[in-house]
Amino acid sequence: MSEEASGHPAILRTAAVTKVYRTGAVAVHALRGIDFALYPHEVVALLGASGSGKSTLLNILGGLDRPTSGRIFFRDRELTNLDDEELTEFRRAHVGFVFQFYNLVPSLTARENVALVTEVAENPMRPEEALEQVGLSARLDHFPSELSGGEQQRVSIARAIAKRPEILLCDEPTGALDSTTGVTVLDALIEVNRNLGTATALITHNVEIRRIADRVVYMADGRITRVEENEARVAPSEVSW
Amino acid sequence: MRMLDRKLLRDLRQIWVQCLAIALVLGCGIMVLILATGTQRSLEATRAAYYEQNRFADVFATLTRAPRSLLAEIARLDGVARVEGRVVFTAMIDLEGKPEPAAAIVISVPPSGEPVLNVPVVRLGRMPRPDHLEEVAVSEAFAEANGLRPGDSFRAVLNGQMRPLRVVGLVISPEYIYTVGSGAIEPDDENFGILWLSERAAASAKDLSGAFNDLTLTLARGADERAVIAGVDRLLAPYGGTGAYGRDRQPSNVFIEGELKQLGAMATVLPPIFLAVSAVLVNMVLGRLVALDRGQIGLFKAVGYKTRAISAHYTKMTVGIGLVGILLGWAFGWWLGHGLTEIYTRYFRFPSLLYRPGAAPMAISGLLGMAAAVFGGLRAVRSATRLPPAVAMSPAAPPVYHRGWLDRLGGRLRFRQTTMMILRSLVRWPGRAAVTLFGVSGSVAVLVTSFFTFDAIDLILDELFERANRQDATVTLAHPVNARAELDALALPGVMAVEGLYAAPVRLVNGTRSRLVSLQARAPDARLSRLLDADGEALQMPTAGLALAAGLADALAVEPGDRIRVDLLSAPRGTWEIPVSAVIRQSLGQDAYMNRDAFFQLIGEAPQVNMLHLAIDRNRLPELQAKVQETPTIARFTLWSEIRRQFEETLDESLATMTVIFASLGMLITIGVVYNAARIQLAERAYELASLRVLGFRRSEVAYVLMAEQMLLTLAAIPAGWLFGYGFCMLMAEGFSTEVVTIPVVVTRRTYAVATLIVILTALASVLVVRRRLDRIDIVHSLKQKE
Repeated sequence: MSEEASGHPAILRTAAVTKVYRTGAVAVHALRGIDFALYPHEVVALLGASGSGKSTLLNILGGLDRPTSGRIFFRDRELTNLDDEELTEFRRAHVGFVFQFYNLVPSLTARENVALVTEVAENPMRPEEALEQVGLSARLDHFPSELSGGEQQRVSIARAIAKRPEILLCDEPTGALDSTTGVTVLDALIEVNRNLGTATALITHNVEIRRIADRVVYMADGRITRVEENEARVAPSEVSW
Repeated sequence: MRMLDRKLLRDLRQIWVQCLAIALVLGCGIMVLILATGTQRSLEATRAAYYEQNRFADVFATLTRAPRSLLAEIARLDGVARVEGRVVFTAMIDLEGKPEPAAAIVISVPPSGEPVLNVPVVRLGRMPRPDHLEEVAVSEAFAEANGLRPGDSFRAVLNGQMRPLRVVGLVISPEYIYTVGSGAIEPDDENFGILWLSERAAASAKDLSGAFNDLTLTLARGADERAVIAGVDRLLAPYGGTGAYGRDRQPSNVFIEGELKQLGAMATVLPPIFLAVSAVLVNMVLGRLVALDRGQIGLFKAVGYKTRAISAHYTKMTVGIGLVGILLGWAFGWWLGHGLTEIYTRYFRFPSLLYRPGAAPMAISGLLGMAAAVFGGLRAVRSATRLPPAVAMSPAAPPVYHRGWLDRLGGRLRFRQTTMMILRSLVRWPGRAAVTLFGVSGSVAVLVTSFFTFDAIDLILDELFERANRQDATVTLAHPVNARAELDALALPGVMAVEGLYAAPVRLVNGTRSRLVSLQARAPDARLSRLLDADGEALQMPTAGLALAAGLADALAVEPGDRIRVDLLSAPRGTWEIPVSAVIRQSLGQDAYMNRDAFFQLIGEAPQVNMLHLAIDRNRLPELQAKVQETPTIARFTLWSEIRRQFEETLDESLATMTVIFASLGMLITIGVVYNAARIQLAERAYELASLRVLGFRRSEVAYVLMAEQMLLTLAAIPAGWLFGYGFCMLMAEGFSTEVVTIPVVVTRRTYAVATLIVILTALASVLVVRRRLDRIDIVHSLKQKE
């Protein structure tokens, strides 16, 4: 669903964004002029080999990192020059993150990990409701160490969506999971996207997973090499790897 | 070089700052121990050598007058090694340009030119020659305080006669290391000195030719001191002996014993805390340091290194750090101990310095320090090598938590999740929390104990100068006179009130316990100098019976109501059984008191006085001093404001320095414990805390998780610190109390409050430093580290 298709303006947009990491004398060009837009309700898959710049782009979109040059907009608001505290407020209000290694707080139960976010959010859903959306109503009071990898990742999705974010950024959410477990996690993501209309960007290097997205953005060497639109999204249950 | 050793060197180069910090903490603990015990042992050794070389006597006695032929008889007593009879008396010294006269003790020098016992050390010039009656050797401290040098002259009132004397030498003596005149509390070098005159000069002044009035003797090896004293007393009784006593009652020695005992208390109460805390800290930090190498330990196992080889590798590292700390601690402890011993040697005027810190404290502190370092490292190595290499090489599994009472509590109180994180962390790692609790409470305790000394001193000063002794001056008379002298004293210029009293030497005996003290017979309505009850309130002098200082009552094991034997050792001499009617509070000195009328009725004499307490008009003081100087019946004139000044001066120097040192070290403990705990937390939870930042938590909210845990522990440790502190204060008071000084155990709220405030602020500053690191953490970078 592009702008034309959805009829909505982009919720996140970058213009000629570059990112250069300097370590000593070596300069690594992680991004070399990215023009990218994310629209409400859509699911975008970012595909590319390791080191292609996917994670760097996702971090910049989510306000975890700043571009070396170029501009970035959230709706009409420019994020490029926000300071650290302003970026924190942006993330707090609008962005949900899901990472490959779940990033759960080990000393908090599933419900509490979600409550961690709902306590500081403006208009959150109840933690139980968020966990129900990812099918974990039965495991509310379990600590991360008592949950399987797939369950932990679904807690992390519940935590990301509990504040009803407009944007959900997922960095290899199934990277540490086997195929069957991965499908349940993707199911949860698609379900959330359908129910809440959250614009979702999903990094993967698994080509099969691209089929569940509306658009597929291919990256290599810090550039977007190709963008594909899927005619119709495939349900995660039909995907396997 | 083997690869593991090369790795070790490179690792150490990477983390040398952290290693040095650990070594310093350990070094601090060891240094304090070596410093304190080394100084105390060295001073003991120095004093012992001084006594030995200069033949310090074992038994002392004063009497009115005895023929020298009696000395042979005393020498024949079983257990007596050497005997010396001397002429000893007090004199007034008139120094040019000095308004008030100084007091002195005159000691005769035998015709041989060198005393047999208590041999003085000549520091400058020589001893007086037998036939030169005007020659005098002067105690060095008195000479220095008054600018006297060999060749100088001054006048002295010897037995009522003004005599010119010429200084020929400056000397020190083992008998007068601490020169405290009667009625004084601290040495007053300017106003009190010792004079050595030839025996002829001294005897003729005192009309004691062919006689002696002072006896000192040394004991043969294995002799029974009590038996010798009893024998001496029997022989001297007909000659006015006032009771022989051993070194344990010799004023200078008693004071030195007290000082050494106080140093001993300093060495035994606080330094072990420092050493223990630093050992625990080093153990904890080294353990974490090695634990961070978990992945590499797994790798070593994977490529075939034996557990023993890996343990040896890390032990080399911890031994290296421990060794640096121990050597630093030893070196600085040795160096500072030598400096402190030197200061004390000068203060006591010991003729030489023997620095003997002793092997035992070095061995103990070294072993403890090394054990703390090595076991800290081995603990971590063992837990890492116990895992299969593949597991050890991958990141540590998330810690396992369980639900329990804490969850019900948290649920009921609706804690925020960040608060739950803190509480769960405390419950999950109770050992770590315990280390912080232990360290911080130790820190509070050390501070409370340091500041307690001021509380105790304040109370002693208040008691001594505000409540008990309200007189401005005290006059000691050369001879007892009729109590009417009070009226004569009232006629002196500027004297507004007079209270006379009679001080007599007595021996108090209860069963096998006995003490030689001064018994003061005083008027029941005395208002200048008062007795205080246990609460520090003025006490009405009982009409009959004895009032005893609490320390004295303890030493004799008597309570009010008990009867006690009193041997009066001055004329008319005699023995009475007298009930103890009150126990009084007296921080300084150990005296017995009795109603004047009751006392003189008991001994059947007309009331007399030999001391007068005066209230005076300060404006007319110079006039009064001039008058005192030309009154031969006055042996000594003491101004209480002067006593107080000296007292405070001495305290200010030694006490303030020690307090500042210990208080700083107390603060260092908090810094060491809290900073290290927060750093370890940050290192281990960086990933978790960065995740919070990703989720949109502000810096302050994330910092809360890190800081609140440490501050919560700090607050929790404080009450325990108060309790420990009070315990240490009791130990310190016990250690500092001597036969002459009783340190009260009073800890004011101010002391608790100041100690608490310092610890809280120090802990806060420590976590704020770590917070700055947290603020600088790169979110993306720390999220990647897990991969």
